[in-house]
Formats: sequence, structure tokens, C-alpha cells
Amino acid sequence: MLSKPELIESSPYFTGLVAAELEAVSRLMFEKQCERGEIILFEGEAAGALYFIASGAVKIFKTSADGKEQILTIVRPGEAFNEVPVFNGGINPASAQAMTPVALYGISRQDVESILRSYPQVALNVIKVMAKRLRNLVSLVEDLSFRRVIGRVAKILLEYVTDGATPGARLSQRDMAAIAGTAREVVSRSLKALEEEGIIRMDRHRIIVKDKTALQEMAGSSI
Amino acid sequence: MRLSPQIDSNKCNGCGLCVSICLQHGLVIVNNVVVVVEGVECDWCAQCEAVCITGAISCPYEIVLEI
Repeated sequence: MLSKPELIESSPYFTGLVAAELEAVSRLMFEKQCERGEIILFEGEAAGALYFIASGAVKIFKTSADGKEQILTIVRPGEAFNEVPVFNGGINPASAQAMTPVALYGISRQDVESILRSYPQVALNVIKVMAKRLRNLVSLVEDLSFRRVIGRVAKILLEYVTDGATPGARLSQRDMAAIAGTAREVVSRSLKALEEEGIIRMDRHRIIVKDKTALQEMAGSSI
Repeated sequence: MRLSPQIDSNKCNGCGLCVSICLQHGLVIVNNVVVVVEGVECDWCAQCEAVCITGAISCPYEIVLEI
């Protein structure tokens, strides 16, 4: 588990602060323990605090109108979440749930504003972090606009499917993400969507292609 | 045949996130590297792979046509 000093020193938000300033930030942090499955933040609620993970993993997700969960990212030790609503006000754009027992350090919104006013270096660091995020999001928009990932995942399944009699190459979701040029979470959603459509069935370590024709249509090819 | 997640011990940094997330208690850290616990039935949820930041653990799928 990361200690508070380790978290603060390794965070990109606090780069360049001297020891006394880091200590001042540390005093503003509160501890929070969460059990596996506990909802830390609800989408749509007013943002209360910026959180840093000392141990465990947290999933950030949105719930669609029909109740489906879409995981946006997984946050791990040393990383932070809930920055956007804390920095620019407004409600939580997504929910956060503990995937394991989680230890967090939080800074309230008011204290974050106080830190930004007191230590301009932190504000500069925030700008750099947000700019990098924006760059990644632009890339994601391009991906979503011009390339349908589910079609690429369908194409990958078609390329690697076998009749089961002779063993073929086995692919993890991470492998599929690398081949498709997307994030693992997007592949996971694509496989779930294909399963819900009845095109494939996930059976432990096997992906069973039930409707090859539909998969071909999805892939937009005639393999 | 009981299949288990594949582990690349060279990539494992011993963070233990995969151990925490496994509901079957099928993983354990030994000498700062994750290993599979013998005799535990893995349900292939692939959460260990999802949470691993170094790519040390993977849950590969066989892709087959339904007969």
C-alpha cells in the first residue's frame, strides 16, 4: 500500500513542490477505506472530493438509460480520480466502485481550490495533466467517429476462429485490443455486445461463434 | 483440463492487485511474483488481466465455431 507521502511525491499534480508545501498538502488529505463492491461516487451527484488510490483498484463507469454498465477506465494505486468535477464544478460524470478492498486519500473540493490558489505550480501541473487527457480523448473521438471497434473485434474473431478440432491461436482481450488498436475495456464491451446479440457465447476460456454470418456482416467483410 | 491464467513473471511487479481482485482466491504472490494456486477452479472472469497494469497476466480465449 502506498503511504501518503509516497502518493503525494509520485503524483503528477504535485511535481515541483518543496517539502514544506508537500507537507501542507498532506495535512489536507483525509483517509477513506472502502470494501469490495462499495460505490464510492455516484454518477450525477455533486462532486465532493478528489481521490488518490493508496491500495486496490477502482472502476469508473457510466450506467446507460437501459441499465447497462460501461466501464470507462480502471484506476490503480498512485492514480487519482474525480478530478474533472472537482476542478470545474458540476456533478460527477461517472460512478466509481471499489473492485477490491480499497484505501483512498481524498482532498475536499474546497481544499483543492485552496491548494490551487496557494501553490501556482499545482495549477500548472493540473493544466499539463488535463492537456494530456484531452489529447487522448481527441484520439478516442477519432477512433469512434471513423472506425467501429465492434466491427474490428468481429474481424479478429473471424480471423482466429477454428472448428475446434485443431487447436488455433488463443487471444486474450488485451491481445485483441492491441490488434484492433483500441483499449481493453472497449474490446470487453464489444464482446459483451456480440454476446447479447446472440452472435457469440462466452464459455469460460472459449469464445464460441454461434452466428458466423452475422459476425461477417458486423466485420463488413466476406471472409 | 483445468486452464489457468498465463503469467509472465518477468513483467510482474508483485503489486498484488490481481490477488485482491480474484474472487476464487486463485492467485498468490510468492517471492514478489504472482503464481496460480493449484487446485483452484478459475471461472475466467479475466478481471486479473483487466486490473494488471504491466500486462503480466493474461486470460487467452480459444475462438471456436459452434457445431
